[in-house]
Order: sequence, then structure tokens, then C-alpha cells
Amino acid sequence: MLAFIIRRVLQSILVMLVVALVSFSLFRFVGDPINSMVGQEASIEDRAALREALGLNDPFLMQFMRFIGNAAQGDFGISYRLQQPVMELILSRLPATLELALVSGVVAFIFGVGFGVYTALRRRGWVSNSIMTLSLIGVSLPTFLIGVLLIWVFAVEFQMLPSFGRGDVVRVGDWWSTGFLTHSGRLSLILPAFTLGLYQMTLIMRLVRAEMLEVLRTDYIKFARARGLTNRAVHFGHALKNTMVPVITITGLQLGSIIAFAIITETVFQWPGVGALFINSVRFVDVPVMAAYLLLIALIFVLINLVVDLLYYVVDPRLRADRAAARH
Amino acid sequence: MAQPLLSVRDLVVEFPTRRGTLRAIDKVSFDIQEGEVLGMVGESGAGKSITGAAIIGLIEPPGRIAGGEIRLRGERIDNLRPEALRRIRGRRIGMVFQDPLTSLNPLYTVAQQLIETIRTHIDLSEREARARAVALLDRVGIPAAARRIDDYPHHFSGGMRQRVVIALALAAEPELVIADEPTTALDVSVQAQIIDVLKEICAERGAAVMLITHDMGVIAETADRVAVLYAGRLAEIGPVRDVITAAEHPYTRGLMGSIPTLTQTADRLVQIPGSMPRLNAIPQGCAFNPRCPEVFGRCRVERPDPIDRGSRRQVACWLYDTAKAEEAGNV
Ligand SMILES: Nc1ncnc2c1ncn2[C@@H]1O[C@H](COP(=O)(O)OP(=O)(O)O)[C@@H](O)[C@H]1O
Ligand code: SF4
Ligand SMILES: [Mg+2]
Repeated sequence: MLAFIIRRVLQSILVMLVVALVSFSLFRFVGDPINSMVGQEASIEDRAALREALGLNDPFLMQFMRFIGNAAQGDFGISYRLQQPVMELILSRLPATLELALVSGVVAFIFGVGFGVYTALRRRGWVSNSIMTLSLIGVSLPTFLIGVLLIWVFAVEFQMLPSFGRGDVVRVGDWWSTGFLTHSGRLSLILPAFTLGLYQMTLIMRLVRAEMLEVLRTDYIKFARARGLTNRAVHFGHALKNTMVPVITITGLQLGSIIAFAIITETVFQWPGVGALFINSVRFVDVPVMAAYLLLIALIFVLINLVVDLLYYVVDPRLRADRAAARH
Repeated sequence: MAQPLLSVRDLVVEFPTRRGTLRAIDKVSFDIQEGEVLGMVGESGAGKSITGAAIIGLIEPPGRIAGGEIRLRGERIDNLRPEALRRIRGRRIGMVFQDPLTSLNPLYTVAQQLIETIRTHIDLSEREARARAVALLDRVGIPAAARRIDDYPHHFSGGMRQRVVIALALAAEPELVIADEPTTALDVSVQAQIIDVLKEICAERGAAVMLITHDMGVIAETADRVAVLYAGRLAEIGPVRDVITAAEHPYTRGLMGSIPTLTQTADRLVQIPGSMPRLNAIPQGCAFNPRCPEVFGRCRVERPDPIDRGSRRQVACWLYDTAKAEEAGNV
């Protein structure tokens, strides 16, 4: 168990180093940081001095090490565009993205698993067929189109839900601002959360359905039926648990991609999250923000991966090989 | 004779497919008496497993029972509603499948699976059910049952897992156990032990056994009677001694030839040339006629029904039709 965790943590660190290298390369290959920092009228000498002062003439490896050292302490420098520490900017935007991702993730998971199980158990009904057809639309329509359609229907035509922004937010603790506690905050979440979660939901649903159909064909399900267990016990006790083992991994990874995909949804709904921040920073070649965003997303992926692996371990006794090896 | 425990009459099982309906079981009839061990043999694909599945009502759709009756102590069970049938499964008819490695749910401990099964059918507390489960595991020969019961299936070897499967099949004390090739997937060294455990524990509880196998040696040692299936039809049925020492159906004779331990000399080994027909290519008349060394005209036209041959013995072959030949002439 311990060896397993250590190995996974080391792998995670390696992944983070690779991503850090990519982020760092942005500084060298995307625009010239000196140009971004000083005005047109700065002299060549001034530029050279600044270059020296920032350590941009140091060897590559040294600069990279410095970048990592700073990043590890949460220091990504100052945004070229907004002239604010990057970390502060990101932290102020992060709660909006995390709340959006959390709500979409939970909704996608619950409905994805629910519909997946339903369509697997009632394979031939018209309800199942309708769900399957709709899910095809869900995976094939691009996110921004779904967002725009929803805005048109629910915000413009029926005027039931707000079409942009987070509504009113309440500060909780030092830097967290939440939209959960106000009416307008909750209303504002609905459309973007649905838009963001739809794709993941259809994906989870199709996965659960396929996996469950597979499990329902196994011998241990046949044997469970042959022992006279109730349908409920067979379907939800035996089949569902086995279905969830592989589903957990994919679903966990989906959560990571929800945060990454949030860029599009945040842009469509003008949601003040890190995704929108990233898009703007790309537009203005604000390299420190871009670099920090990449690292942040990578970190979230890596952490989720780690948690998923551990969960897998908890759910599936076959992986807990400690006792098994000795027996037989 | 007393009312049989299980009575199967003219059972027909069909699988609708795109290219027409396949008849996997075609008018099969047999009885199993209380406490009796009926062996069921036949080549792979003869319909042994489907017969077992039909009895416990677990034929997978679109397959269906298209004719005949199945009675348990005189009561019809082939047309019961799903919930009534579920109450019979495990409680009155237990089932042991072929592969113990895949029969147990890998995510639950043996205790969880046993207790769940017991409490589904018998009104016991968790604690009582557990005590019963431990006793059962001990009885099927799991050493240190009280401790091992909380292990997961993957902690057990194949032979041990099949003992667990037997314990599960017997957990609610069924009157009949259908064992579908219970040792085929096991190491040869443990096969005999598993059969012994199954036989003993069923005898002890008075449960009848329908033992499906293609191992005539096992049948010879274990069964009271034996039924021989060929292409979804019953070829011959009768007491084991009679069938083994004096097989009447030409197909059974061929089968017996394939167990050298029972025939004295090697030259009596009979090989049956050819192979069993597919379900969509069963010949007219007797299904065995293309391979039969004793085939004659009638075999290619008319299908032989089982003909009574003494006490509890039947053979479906025109060679034994004496009385009926005259009858047929009169019709
Ligand atoms: N789901 C199915 N669809 C069509 N045919 C089937 C199906 N299941 C079994 N069969 C056919 O039924 C026949 C009997 O199968 P089975 O009872 O499994 O044979 P065995 O005697 O080896 O246990 C086989 O010819 C098989 O092809
Ligand atoms: S009926 Fe004819 S073909 Fe069939 S087994 Fe008897 S002799 Fe052979
Ligand atoms: Mg079989």
C-alpha cells in the first residue's frame, strides 16, 4: 500500500515537472517578456539592464530551476496585463470555476449513472431509446452551441434564468467567494452548469450503460439470480458495484476535464472564473498567467488522478494484495 | 412409483434468430425422484445447460420455453410469474455452475454472499445467518471456516471456490441441486473431491441432484440414473448400471466406448465418426441417423419417440420398436 502511494506520488511529480517545462518554455518562445514589460520608448541599454536584472541571461537550466522554485511557493510573477501578482488573480477567480465545476460534476455523475443504469436494465423501452438518442445529441453538439441555445431559450425567450455572470456572491473566509448562498447566485449557476455538465453526463451515461450490460452477462450475476436473490439485490447490490469500479476512474478524469473545458462555458456565459481569465491572458499574450493556469490545471488533473487511484484501491479488494499473496 | 420430485414433459426450448427459430431442446421428458442423482450426458452443444436453465427459469431472452411442462412435486413451475419463480430459485432448486473462478462476485466477501443468500430465503437474523454460513462452509470442507468466511473469493483456490459455490447453492436447503459441469474447470486432482462433497452433502440433506457432465466416469461412480442427450433430444435414459453395461441406443454405445475404464478390452472402444449436427441442420427422422452404424430406412423419415424398455428405462431408437411397428401399420 505504502509503496503504491509513493510510486504514484513520484509519478505525479514527474508529470508536474514536464508540464512545468512546457509552461516555462512559453516565456521563451511566446513573445518577449521585456517587450511586454517596458514601453516602446525604452532604450536598448534599459532593456539589457532589465534582462540582466530578471536573470534572463542565465543558463536555461538555472532559469527553469528558479521558475520551479518560485512556482512551488505560489509565485508566478506579475501579470503583464493587469500588473497584479498572478497568484492573487487566480485565487480570486478560482472559487467561481470550482463551484461551477463541482455542480456540473455532481449533476453529470448523478444523472449519468442514473440514466446509464436505467438504459442498461430497460434496454428495449421507448424511454431508454429516447435517452440514448438525446445523449447522442449531447455528445455531438459543441458546448458553445448548447450554451447559446440555452441562453436563447431560457434567458431571452422565457426570461427565467440569467444569461451571464455569477449573480450576487458572498465572501466566505479569506479569499473564497460563493454564489451558493444567494438566490441570484444559485439561479446563475443553472445554465452554465448544465452546459458544462451535459457532455460529461452523456459520456458517463454511455460508459455506465456499456459496463453494466457487460457485468449483467457475467457468471456471478447468473449465479446471483440462480440463488434467487431479488432483482433489486442483483442489479443494485451486485451489478452496480462491479460496474462502478471502472467507471470511477473515467469519471474522476472527467472531473478534471470539466475544469479544463470550463474555458468555453465561462466565455459563453461571461463567468468570472479562471477559464475566462486564461482566454483573456491568451489574447494579450500575458505569459505569466498562461503559465500559471497550465500548471494549475495539470495539478488538478494529477491530484484527481491520485485520489481516483486510491479510491479504486478501496473499492476493489483484488488490488489489496497484501493478504492474498500469503494464502492459497 | 411415488410422485417424482421433478418431472419434465415434452420440454421444447427455442431461440428465435434472424435466420429462423432454433430448437435447442426438442420434446425432452424425464423425471427425477426424491434424493436421486440423475446424470445428464451428451456432447458439447447437446442442450444440457439449456435444460438446466429451463428448469430454474433462467433461459436468456429471446430464448424461451416453447412447449411442454416442468413440475416440481406436481406443481407447474414453467409458467410461474417471475417473482414466484425467484422464490423457488435457491430455496427449492439450487444451481452450481461450471466455473468457480467467475461464479462468485469478486467485490463481496464469502460471508456477505452466503448471508445475503440465506437471508433472502429464510427469516434469520444476521447473526444466525452467519452461524449457519460458517457451519455450511465447514461442512463443504473449508478449513478454518470461521476465519476464512470473511475473505474475498480471490483469496481461495479454484477447488476451494467451488466448495464455496456448493455452499451457496445449498445455503437455503433446496430439494434439488442442478450441477452444470461442476468440475470441468477444475484441476484434475481436486475433481473427485468436489464431486464427493457435492454428493455427500446432498445425500445428507436428502436433496436430489441433476449432475450435468460429459465425463461418463463421474456418472458411473455418482449417478443413480443417467440421461443421454443428443442434438436437443433424449436418446436414452435408465439406471446407470444398465446403461453402462448394456447401452441400447447406438449413440450411447459409442459414448460408452469412450471410457476405457469401464470396458474391459481396448478393442471394444467404439469411435463415432462425424459430429453432432448444428441446430439449423438437424436431419429428418432420427437426429443421429447420419452417424449411426445401424441406420435403416425408417430412421431417415420418422423421428423415434422414447420407447419403454423395462423398469424406468427408455430408448429413442427404431431398433427397439416392436409393438409400435404393428400399431403404425394400423393407423
Ligand atoms: N442464446 C442462444 N442463442 C441461440 N442458440 C443458443 C443459445 N444458447 C444456447 N444455444 C444453443 O443451444 C444448444 C445447446 O446449448 P447448451 O445447452 O449450452 O449445450 P451443452 O450441452 O453443451 O450444455 C447449442 O447448440 C447452442 O448453440
Ligand atoms: S433410430 Fe435409426 S438412426 Fe437413430 S439411432 Fe436408432 S438405428 Fe440409429
Ligand atoms: Mg453446457
